[in-house]
Parts: sequence; structure tokens; C-alpha cells
Amino acid sequence: MAYVAVRGGQRAIEEAEKLTKYYRLKNGSSPIAVRQIRDQMRLAVDRVMSEGSLYAPDLAAIALKQAEGDTLEASFLLRAFRSTLPRNLYSLPVDTTHIRMIRRVSATFKDIPGGQFLGPTRDYTKRLIEFSLSEESEDDVKDFLAAYVSDTDVPDTMPEFPKVVDLLRAEGLLENRGAKDAQLEDSDATPPGPSDVGDITRQPIRFPASRAVRMQSLSRGEQGALLALAYSSARGYGFIHPTLGELRVGYVPLVVPHPIYENETITVGWVLVTEAEIVARMEERTEHKRAQFSLGYGFCFGHNDVKAMSMATLDRAMVPEGASAPAEDEEFVLYHIDGIESSGFVSHWKLPHYVDFQAEMNRVQSIQERRRTE
Amino acid sequence: MNSSYNFAFLDEGTKREIRRKLLKAVAIPGYQVPFGSRELPIARGWGTGGLQVTFAIVGRTDVVKVIDQGADDSVNACNLRDLIEVTTGCSTTSDTLDATIVQTRHRIPEESMTAEQILVFQVPYPESLRFVEPSERETRRMHAEADYSKLWVFLYEDIVRWGEITLSHRYPVMVNHRYIMDPSPIPRFDVPKLHQADTLFLFGAGREKRIYAIPPYTDVTPLQFQDYSFHVEDFHGASCAECGSTESYLTEVYDRKQGTKQYVCSDTSYCMKRQEQQAGSDVTIGRLWHA
Repeated sequence: MAYVAVRGGQRAIEEAEKLTKYYRLKNGSSPIAVRQIRDQMRLAVDRVMSEGSLYAPDLAAIALKQAEGDTLEASFLLRAFRSTLPRNLYSLPVDTTHIRMIRRVSATFKDIPGGQFLGPTRDYTKRLIEFSLSEESEDDVKDFLAAYVSDTDVPDTMPEFPKVVDLLRAEGLLENRGAKDAQLEDSDATPPGPSDVGDITRQPIRFPASRAVRMQSLSRGEQGALLALAYSSARGYGFIHPTLGELRVGYVPLVVPHPIYENETITVGWVLVTEAEIVARMEERTEHKRAQFSLGYGFCFGHNDVKAMSMATLDRAMVPEGASAPAEDEEFVLYHIDGIESSGFVSHWKLPHYVDFQAEMNRVQSIQERRRTE
Repeated sequence: MNSSYNFAFLDEGTKREIRRKLLKAVAIPGYQVPFGSRELPIARGWGTGGLQVTFAIVGRTDVVKVIDQGADDSVNACNLRDLIEVTTGCSTTSDTLDATIVQTRHRIPEESMTAEQILVFQVPYPESLRFVEPSERETRRMHAEADYSKLWVFLYEDIVRWGEITLSHRYPVMVNHRYIMDPSPIPRFDVPKLHQADTLFLFGAGREKRIYAIPPYTDVTPLQFQDYSFHVEDFHGASCAECGSTESYLTEVYDRKQGTKQYVCSDTSYCMKRQEQQAGSDVTIGRLWHA
């Protein structure tokens, strides 16, 4: 049972691998420290964790370094690593009212209980290139930190942040679509498992998909795909007129049931998340016209406003039946938003198709011959 | 063997799940069993379905062969073989007769396989009805009710338009008189090999998250009409420029210097063995499937 050496291919792969490494390092600049990527490429790290569906900032940073900054490739590395890990526990539903807020805005009401916080955002910066960044030195960093941190008043206690959409709900303006899902959150006696909420990393999606499955699928979807579909729905291929009820970014506690003691829980850590609630009126296509708003929900790892809002828009846009636009068609959306799957499939066109193409040529030649003799 | 990873890469729970799904697939020939397909360190669409099946069934004493379009030495086949070798420590081979497990992309080897061997297919599109129905929900209903009229109409219209059925590879087959199945993108040439074979055929579609199977000694018939019967590729009597074979599946190649068209075997292992035999080496070549 000796290993039979194979010709050609093996050597080509090894050389391609070396060449790739060479391209990353060829100019001899000092290697980027993984910590630098984790801290200074914060949003790329967040995106990789979200699409790689693994909350691991250090691993995401290594993956970004290895992938030369290609976020899709880096997410792929994380996802592949994820397959080697057994699933031990399912966390309890996250309670976002216990969020350690870093950003919170609402576009529905000017004054909201708890107040609005811009937090770290580029929304209102002028998009002019900061040429000084090319010469940023360690002293600049130290000076800025010393000045900024001493200036800032940090409040001792965080205010309460009731949900903006609850104001609408109290007024009876919000459709109560998710009532059944809400019940699940209340029952903390039995820990949730895949049979309660579905788990797309362990079971394939079936249609019609449960809301939990739709949420999971959207949450690890590729940002660009979600954005394009959400945009299409708001632009005219759909009936969505969204308003941002609330966008929150912050750290939430992750709680798991105690593996031994029933009715006890353990907080295993805090994760940075973005949550978006879109209030949308949808042109009803049924006879039961009710003047009410309904809610679209988005939630993803890390800081990513666009993704969470796109997700919330799609959550509202997808209808169980009778879709008239791509963004409304649950199967269409859920099957096509996964960046790892779609990029893997498209890139497989680079593989040889000699046999299939030969079969294809054989058919075309056969038809041509028949046409000639006819 | 890289000890920082579990044997055969996947964790034990995952491998057990895939084995359970495989048992179900074998019990219901041609039926697509959904499974929780995992991401692997190769891209989705590059054979993750086949690889998950291989990882789930491979043992330490297995000998694995990997082919891509019939070739053992294509970069993708090398890469998959290397991954299996690194994560299992199993030995590998390019000889069809030596292998206990053969993982394949788009070909069935020319040498027939035995009851002791398993052929694992990488499947890009498991759904044979996708030609006629884009919705998964709808195709699942059609399979459940054995409602295959749309596909029959498609084949009929194909004949009306082109004078023949134009499907080249992934020709739909009826398995065990119940389920219409996509045999993966094998050329028509390989389809008859599936019928009443000694070998277990396992199909894994990673991106589409489906597993299905054809157990040994199962009826597998290509869809055809009484007056338009199924027929395989015709090479007009051409023979392999390397080994002279007229009985194997040939692909066209263009000579690097002259640019003239030639035919060569797509099964590189079979072709090499024939060449070695012609050079006087003592090589055993298995019989062809329907010889």
C-alpha cells in the first residue's frame, strides 16, 4: 500500500502556495502584527467574524493577515476552522436591554428614552483623505490617547435603554407578528436547542423556513449580497418603505445554561453586536388592510450598521408566499446570500471541465450533423 | 499526519451524523437526504460534499484514490488527496484496483469496481428536476408524489426542437423504479455503469446539503422514450493517442506545437497502465464495466 507519486499537480500547488506568500512579503516591509489588525482593522475583523459565524477576534485577525485583507477569504478560513469544533451548548436568547451601548440612533423619533448616541461613526465625517495618516507615528498615537482620555467624562452608571419600537407597540401601531417567538424567550427553564430554534450550521434549511432560521441565515450572510437585495426592495423591486426604528451597537452578555446544575446559568463572555429594528409599512396585497406598522429585525456580530439594517429590511421584505420580487422570495434570498457558498461555487469554474465539455461538444456536433443531413 | 486536527478533520459528532444520513440514503435509493453540511478547508463547490462523505467513512486502513475529470494528477485531485492524507494518515493510490474508497469528480473509472470498494461522487447539483423547476420546496413535493411529468415534457420538447435529447452530462436516471436522480456530471458514457453494479455509490452535495446513494445491485435506468432511446457518446472510432484505447471515454486535446486535434483517455490511471503494459511491465488492468 505504498503511496503512489502523482505527476504534475502536486508540485504546481506547492509552488503556487510559495508564490502567494512571496507576493505578500516581496517588498520586505515589516510584517503586520496580528494585534494591529485586530485593533486597527476593527471593522474588517467584525465583518469576518460575522460572515465566518465565529466570534473570535484574534483568529479573525490572523485570517485577515493570511488572506491579504480579502474579507471573504478570511471568513472562509474561520468557517472551515469552525467545522473542527463540536457544538457543546446553545446559549440562551440574548437580552439586548442589558447592552453596554457604544452607539444608538433612531430615525423615527427625535427624543427617545435614554437618548441618542452617535458613538464611533463616520456618518457625518467629510470623506476627505487624511494624508497625515501616512506619517502617523507612535508619538502621535500616544499624544492623542493622553489628550482624549483625560478630556472625556465617563459616566459612572449607564442609563436604561428601553426599546424605541416598544413605544409604537404601546400605541397599538405595531403588528404583533412575533408573538410566538417572544414566548420562547420567556421560558428560561429549558435551554433552547436546535429542535426549538433550528440551527443552520447543523441542519439544512427547509422551506417555509422558521423565523429563527431566516435570522441565522441572514446574520451570517455576505454583506454585499444583503445590501444589494435590501436596496432592490426599497428601490422599487418590492413594497418596503422602511424607517430605522433603532440601531444599537454594543456588548451583550452571552449566557449558557449550567451544564450540571439545572436552573442555573453562566455568563461565558461579552460579544460586540449590532442590532437594527426597521419599522416598515408594506403595501398590503390582501383584503385585510390594516393601518399598522410592522417590524423587521437585524442582528449580527461586530459593528456593522449597513449589514444589520439590510438584514432587518429583508426580514420584513420576505413573505411566506406569493413573492413578486427577488427580495421577497424567501428561497431566493436565503439560498443566495451566503458569501462562502456563492464564492466557492463561482470559483469552481476555474476547475477543469474537460469531460463535461467533451460530452457537451458531442451533443452539439451530433445536432449539427443531423441538421446538415436534413 | 497533522495531529492538531481531529482524525479526518471533522469532529466525531459530525461524522456520526453523516454516517446516519448515509444509512438512510442507502435505505431509500435515489432519495436526497438533507444533511447539515459543514464548511471544509476547500471552497464550497470544489468537492466538499464528496469530501464530507469520505471523511465520514474513511478508516485508518483504507486506501484512497481521488480523481478529477478522470485524472489523478489534476491540481484539485492532488489537493483533496493531500488533505485526506494529512488529516487521516491513510495511504493513497492512483490505481483503481488498489483503492478501497475512490472519490471522484465527474467520472466513473474505466476499470470496473468490486463489492469491496466504494465510489464517492462530488455533486454540484443534486436536483435532477432543477432544469424544469427552480424552487426546492416544489421539487421536494414533486419527488414525494413521483410527479415527474414536467421533466418528461422537457425531454420531449428537447427532441422536438433539436432532434435528440441535448442533455450531455448529468443525464437523469430512474433509480429502483421510484426516484429520478441526478447521477452527478458524469458523461452519458458512464451512466450504464450505475445499473446493477457490485459497488456502493455514495453522492455528496456540500453546497446544496444533500446526500444520496445507489446501493449495489440496484436498477438504474436513464430516462428515454420508446422511439428515442438513450445512447452514449460516440467518438466515431477515434482512439487514444497515448495508449490506443477505443473503449474508454476520450477527450479532445490540441497538440502544443502543431495545434492538431487528438483524443486521449480521460482516465489517466487506466491510460498509464495500458502504456506500461505495452512497454512490457507486469501490470494488472481490471476488466471494463460491461465487458
